[in-house]
Amino acid sequence: MLGSLWGRFDTSLFDEFRRLESEMDQLFGRGSLPAGIRAMRRGTFPPINVGATPERVDVYLFAAGLDPKSLDISIQQNLLAVSGERKVPVDEAADYYRQERYDGEFRRVITLPDDVDPNRVEAKYRDGVLQITVQRREAARPRQITVT
Amino acid sequence: MTARQEVAKREPTEVQAKAREQELVLAPAVDVFENAQGITVQAEMPGVSKDRLNVQADRNSLLIEGDVVIDMPAGIEALYADVQATKYQRSFVLSGELATDQIEANLKDGVLTVRIPKRAEFQPRKVEVRTA
Repeated sequence: MLGSLWGRFDTSLFDEFRRLESEMDQLFGRGSLPAGIRAMRRGTFPPINVGATPERVDVYLFAAGLDPKSLDISIQQNLLAVSGERKVPVDEAADYYRQERYDGEFRRVITLPDDVDPNRVEAKYRDGVLQITVQRREAARPRQITVT
Repeated sequence: MTARQEVAKREPTEVQAKAREQELVLAPAVDVFENAQGITVQAEMPGVSKDRLNVQADRNSLLIEGDVVIDMPAGIEALYADVQATKYQRSFVLSGELATDQIEANLKDGVLTVRIPKRAEFQPRKVEVRTA
């Protein structure tokens, strides 16, 4: 279910675009193609998925090992900002072979659809995923009109 | 027909499909470190709960895998996705001094910690230097 949803981006056209994007990057350097103004480079912590239904918008931040108390979530109109800090404890007596886990502060700003209601936001943290649910305004939902 | 021609004839769609299949598995970011007692692997697997996690070890290898399950409303459509796969998988080759039968695994808030102790005979012993 999840796969078919997020996998929808994984069309051959998308692959082709990505290939093209990396080729363009090599040719002209980063920033040659227009990207979302708040988009960050691939691999930025934490990765984010955004999904929507007519009633609500759900933002998922894949951020394992967070202290929910360190999180600062704010919304202004349709701009959602999430910042926090993730500390990865380091064993001073150990030899490290790989250190791939992100350690430090992060901040991400996400542009949501225009019709979200900034007064109705909920957030929960489970299994290392922060889920922020923002309800959309009634007026923006499709309404059935009956002919009398 | 030479081998080269055969390669060239392969349908591009087939190759693309294969590449896509491989992309559907995410390699979790890991820290690997070693101290006197053993080796520790810490892997990031956000969205994986205990019952969707699989940690397997034999004498030579350690396999970590897990399925991502997140809470989604019915009829949701993707607007943006950094994460486009639902499965994490990564494996490591182990070495003989590790006691693979004594592995401990612990999952908390999407961080998997696997501790592999060294066999007792490989744990360093302090060598006393006697002075004459």
